[in-house]
Amino acid sequence: MMKPDMSVEIAGIRMRNPIMTASGTFGYGEEFSAYVNLEEIGAIITKGLSLKPRAGNPTPRIVETPGGMLNAIGLQNVGIDAFITDKVPFLRTIATPVVVNLFGNTLDEYGELAARLDRVAEVAGVEVNISCPNVKHGGIVFGTDPKSAYDVVKLVREATIKPLIVKLSPNVTDIVEMANACADAGADALSLINTLTGMAVDLQKRRPVLANITGGLSGPGIKPIALRMVWQVAKAVNLPIIGIGGIMSATDALEFMLVGATAVQIGTANFLDPSAAQTIARDMELYLAENGIPDVKKLIGALESN
Amino acid sequence: MQFRSMVISNTKISPGYFRMRLTAPRELLSSQPGQFIMVRVRDAIDPLLRRPFGIFDLGNAPPEFSGGMEQPYLEMLYRVVGKGTAMLATLHHSDHLDLLGPLGKGFDPGDAGEEKILVGGGVGLAPLYYLAKTLAATTRVRLFIGGKTKEDVLCVTEFERLGVETYVATDDGTLGASGLVTEVLERHLLESQGGKGIFACGPMPMLKAVAAIAERFKIPCQVSLEAYMACGMGACLGCVVKGSEHDEFHPDYRCVCKDGPVFDFQELRWV
Repeated sequence: MMKPDMSVEIAGIRMRNPIMTASGTFGYGEEFSAYVNLEEIGAIITKGLSLKPRAGNPTPRIVETPGGMLNAIGLQNVGIDAFITDKVPFLRTIATPVVVNLFGNTLDEYGELAARLDRVAEVAGVEVNISCPNVKHGGIVFGTDPKSAYDVVKLVREATIKPLIVKLSPNVTDIVEMANACADAGADALSLINTLTGMAVDLQKRRPVLANITGGLSGPGIKPIALRMVWQVAKAVNLPIIGIGGIMSATDALEFMLVGATAVQIGTANFLDPSAAQTIARDMELYLAENGIPDVKKLIGALESN
Repeated sequence: MQFRSMVISNTKISPGYFRMRLTAPRELLSSQPGQFIMVRVRDAIDPLLRRPFGIFDLGNAPPEFSGGMEQPYLEMLYRVVGKGTAMLATLHHSDHLDLLGPLGKGFDPGDAGEEKILVGGGVGLAPLYYLAKTLAATTRVRLFIGGKTKEDVLCVTEFERLGVETYVATDDGTLGASGLVTEVLERHLLESQGGKGIFACGPMPMLKAVAAIAERFKIPCQVSLEAYMACGMGACLGCVVKGSEHDEFHPDYRCVCKDGPVFDFQELRWV
């Protein structure tokens, strides 16, 4: 059997395969290194980083749902200073690109974070989380308003020359409109979807299960929505797309590529199986070899119409 | 380590409580008392998340159905409280499970020869058995077990076989003393001088009471916490508890799965 070419490239980030690990599910890489060979996955995306350290929400922060889970971690992170001192040294030791996910409470914070990360050589690119409330504008989530999203991306674009990925929120009426706004502002790539807002209730206590009341839904249950959104955005926007949402297997990953994704992120699956990303990468390669497909890039957008 | 285990036995030891023995890789035998494993209860997406269980016992035994060869094993206790544990209760010999472990920070047994006190409530007892087993040879161990009713008091015989002095209390008085196990513990500490270290595992209200007692009597004390978990390895930050320095402006959250589950009681914020 021939050895397929599994490599993909997004905005200059060269990956040995299309498998990336999703922000918030893989820590900063080191946590999973005992279970996974980090050099068998395409790229790692770190936990979301903010300017100042952030405590996150009170517990309970997580709850299982049928075929998924809700999380309301609250973006707890060590802050950029501690990231540079404590986490970057490990990243230097692995031959896998590391993309840093970042977010801000205000427009300025996005710009400042991007400018600081621009100077860190070990960072292969940035993924901008726009699913956060703008505290200066009544808490409207940046990613639900095309103008806000445009402003964030424009500011980040001006602050860094690094590959710029924008992670889109699905909690919108028209994700294509959001995608266009980000593309116009200078994004190099789009990753979608982030989690869907959901809720769980404890009947016995007559209370919400999560301390934060609502949380983000992830896992196999959201895959159909994610697939649909990737398909819609891929048809409308001329940027590479990274598909996220309930990917548990190589089959799932390949489906996302068919609808238009150049790469995919594995998130919740890491909790079921810490070696998931590696297994999916290997299984994808096997699929290609067994089906005589010499290059994984041939599958991008190769969906045929009914 | 991620490994596949075979169920050797899955026995109901009390209404709603089970004791499961599983095959284990040899490397697991060097686990610390107080560490835990994350169990994938089914090879499916529902229930989605692994369930954490303290290591109750580890050992080497000749398996029943193969010619006397040594087989390292692991044992866990669980109570059927929801979907995942209900699924575990249906398993029997020769079923397989995917496990992660050993995880977390275990008990620090301290110096041998000094008397140790163990305090357990319900299925929280589990890691205390493995701890008692490692201590019993060199140390005098006293165990205080509590439960709502006699059915919640588990494995007394097993502890006694190790030579552990066991004191039982039930809320309704159906076994042992009537009242809270922490009340029995307190009376014991007032009457005797013994006890150079306390190790506790059980429901949060019990741990809070033990921490208060440890503070009052100035005895070093380690507590093992439970938490709802997703990743089990300090990446998702779902299972945090407040460290002693935590306040609104200076966050100090610890992961029960990685910084714990065992903590020095003074490391945590109890209010």
